[in-house]
Amino acid sequence: MFYREAGEFKASYKADQAILPIRQDRWFIWAILAIAFLVIPTVSSDYWLGTIMLPFLILALAALGLNVLTGYAGQLSLGTGGFMATGAFAAYKLATMFPGMHILLVLLFSGTITAGVGILFGIPSLRIKGFYLAVATLASQFFLIWMFNKFGWFTNYSSSGVITAPPMAAIGDVLVTGAYATVTAKYLFTLSIVTLLALITKNLVRSNIGREWMAVRDMDIAAEIIGIKMLPTKLKAFAYSSFLCGIAGALWAFVHTGSVEPLAFDVNRSFQILFMIIIGGLGSIMGAFLGAAFIVLLPIFLSNAPHWFGLDIPVDLISHIEAMVFGALIIFFLIVEPHGLARLWQITKEKLRLWPFPY
Amino acid sequence: MRLERDVIYIILASLLLMVAIPWMAGTLSEDIFFEWPFFFEVAIGGLLSGVMYSLVALGFVLIFKASGVFNFAQGAMVLFSALTLVGLNEMGLPMWLSVIVTLLVMLVLAIAIERVVLRSLVNQEHIILFMATIGIAYFLDGFGQTIWGSEVKNLDIGFSQEPGFYFDGLILINDFDLIAAVIAGILVIVLALFFQYTRIGRALRAVADDHQAALSVGIPLKHIWVIVWAVAGIVALVAGIMWGSKLGVQFSLALIALKALPVLILGGFTSVPGAIIGGLLIGAGEKLAEVFIAPMIGGGIEDWFAYMLALAFLVFRPQGLFGEKIIERV
Amino acid sequence: MKERAIGEVILDLKNISLSFGAMRVLNNISFDVRKSEIRSIIGPNGAGKSSMLNVINGVYHPQEGEISFRGEVRKQMKVHEAAGFGIARTFQNIALFKGMSTLDNIMTGRNLKMKSSMFSQAIYWGKAQKEEIEHRRKVEEIIDFLEIQAIRKTPVGRLPYGMQKRVELGRALAAEPEILLLDEPMAGMNVEEKEDMSRFVLDINDEFGTTIVLIEHDMGVVMDISDRVVVLDYGRQLADGTPDVVRNNQDVIDAYLGVSH
Repeated sequence: MFYREAGEFKASYKADQAILPIRQDRWFIWAILAIAFLVIPTVSSDYWLGTIMLPFLILALAALGLNVLTGYAGQLSLGTGGFMATGAFAAYKLATMFPGMHILLVLLFSGTITAGVGILFGIPSLRIKGFYLAVATLASQFFLIWMFNKFGWFTNYSSSGVITAPPMAAIGDVLVTGAYATVTAKYLFTLSIVTLLALITKNLVRSNIGREWMAVRDMDIAAEIIGIKMLPTKLKAFAYSSFLCGIAGALWAFVHTGSVEPLAFDVNRSFQILFMIIIGGLGSIMGAFLGAAFIVLLPIFLSNAPHWFGLDIPVDLISHIEAMVFGALIIFFLIVEPHGLARLWQITKEKLRLWPFPY
Repeated sequence: MRLERDVIYIILASLLLMVAIPWMAGTLSEDIFFEWPFFFEVAIGGLLSGVMYSLVALGFVLIFKASGVFNFAQGAMVLFSALTLVGLNEMGLPMWLSVIVTLLVMLVLAIAIERVVLRSLVNQEHIILFMATIGIAYFLDGFGQTIWGSEVKNLDIGFSQEPGFYFDGLILINDFDLIAAVIAGILVIVLALFFQYTRIGRALRAVADDHQAALSVGIPLKHIWVIVWAVAGIVALVAGIMWGSKLGVQFSLALIALKALPVLILGGFTSVPGAIIGGLLIGAGEKLAEVFIAPMIGGGIEDWFAYMLALAFLVFRPQGLFGEKIIERV
Repeated sequence: MKERAIGEVILDLKNISLSFGAMRVLNNISFDVRKSEIRSIIGPNGAGKSSMLNVINGVYHPQEGEISFRGEVRKQMKVHEAAGFGIARTFQNIALFKGMSTLDNIMTGRNLKMKSSMFSQAIYWGKAQKEEIEHRRKVEEIIDFLEIQAIRKTPVGRLPYGMQKRVELGRALAAEPEILLLDEPMAGMNVEEKEDMSRFVLDINDEFGTTIVLIEHDMGVVMDISDRVVVLDYGRQLADGTPDVVRNNQDVIDAYLGVSH
């Protein structure tokens, strides 16, 4: 009743092909953006912005990247962590080799370098599919992390193997990395980049390339017969996906943590991102964000929950119980809604169209 | 087991490379020590640890064959069974009783997984089931360590860990590895016979071919799943005992599952002989590479070498050595 | 009779033989296809009809024989070549992209005609947007033609079988094909649906002059709408000619009605 498309008529294909053809959806998205840009920075504490919103945004970006590859193009990958590490180390090398370079350029180039690495490791996808490919992508995961650990050149021969971001300004002298950057500046900077990249991703998936990806996902042989070339289509998916993951990795190292070691991007990171897109919903932009929110908030909730009930449990036990509950919740979620939170959201909208008159 | 000509060529070629590359590395590089007895010592050591990889890979193959589920929890099951065994033993139960009780626990686990997870996710896409097994893995890792604690435990099953000399004292082999390999070998043979000649084995192979067709001729899918998961649990326990007494029972046992994955893609997800030959090739290849190649490029390559090796194989045979070739029809 | 100008030979298949291992699927098959005709391939199940289509658009590569398209002779067709030449097809077991809407499925059929760069698509401005709207207009014409306006935005996985067949035809048409290969477009349909589908096939042939190669089991339909028919049986070629010639061929009658030896 309150959410409906009836009575809205489109006079042009342009209007019908807009990202959000339904008016309520447009309002909703503008409201979300207004809250994210205006309300959250003013009302949230530094703790909320720094330890919840920042990692949420950055991991959502990585999830977006993986969702392009796995959700849209159908190529299962367990190498996300490796690509994030590539982005982080590329950004570090760029920022230290060319100290005057603007942070936006650093991010752009580190994303591009990661895209190149992604193409390299995407080549086997032409011959192998499904779980074979998933295991093969683990090769890139382990190899890349080993490489960044082993060769001092990547860390400028730092003895601890840790890279530390130099202070960099986004606009004027507003710092977004390093110890003197305010959390609000970091948050707004990250939010802007993530919003922009989400928009670009949406544009791609609703254009020809997006349809080609989905065609390859749904039935590769039929896609080939109607003229879609496997090699460029799959490699473009790998490239763009790695581009996003690379930028996410660079943001993680530079803006979120400030200093990082390769182990921050180990195979568990890859699984974490994969969880996000499965729980959020495969093949959905919204899903990447919903999934990231869920996966970021869950451990925080779990580690605080016993505290609220007045229980006192030793730390290592808590981490085991956390793993247990996390595993159980994943299973529970898959059983209740295997298509993820984005699908739940859709069902809610369909219900709202009829509510309060069910027929 | 039907061997295709290509498969034989690939295996022969890789054996040749395994000999040729270390020899060349030894000849060309000052840093690398190469002598034939030493080479064989490394190779045999690698083959023996390869048997252990096969053991874990076997658990994967069993479940993948019978249910199409890529069971990521196999490593967690190895850890969980070993933890349970040691925990019971520490509580004062004699070893033989602990083994029996652990077997029962693994059976209960199989039933629980079928009841709670598989039954609710029947007919879902493979990736969903795969995710669910990652969930199971997290749950088991947390559950086992919540109950039994996370400190490193010793598991002593009475075999000596001392190295022995063979072939006139030229080659040094760890006796324990030898015994482990023999036990793993026996387990593999028993399983192969079980699959080939028992009624349950036939039903299992039918289920692997086509769930619906198997159901329609009256094969009880649920029982079959409990059986495979229980058998995979037993295999996990054996692997847990072997690895646990070698490395100590600790969390890192859960990670050896990752070592079994390249074995799987090399051998093919659906092939028992593939798991064995794949394990041997990976085990030997990895050790040889670590000793004869790694010093040239910085060392510590065992994290990824097996994966790269498997990847190189896949380029020639996308379905793995013994996997079934898929002919696409439209 | 129909008022169409059937032109010169555009596709010529000579002595095609195809085997999978020891299994001989096609044995020395030769026939040609003329521009703007409706050419049917008939035969019992397992006769090699679908394999024949797969040879024409390059999914299968025959061991012997040659294929010439517009006079260019080659040993075998490659999949992307065939698509580039304007050979489109539908499938016996529907091969739609299940996760996408009707509209997107048909739009995908135009992928070869879309030229804007990935960068331009990313910003969705200028060329990419113009192109998208232009192709949407063409696709809407196809949607109107096939009378599937109401299911435009429905995911094809949810559509009934007959509708899916229609969408698949739409996807093939979107490529504005030179030759349209239809693999049992009417299988599993009721009489009304069959009539609709026959009408579409005839209209496509009539209005756009599209050459059609058709596999169909319903003899009534085949004999009604085809210009020429080739008959296969267990990979052999039994007969080739107009419906009347084929109908009266003794080998064909034997194969279809059975013969006592």
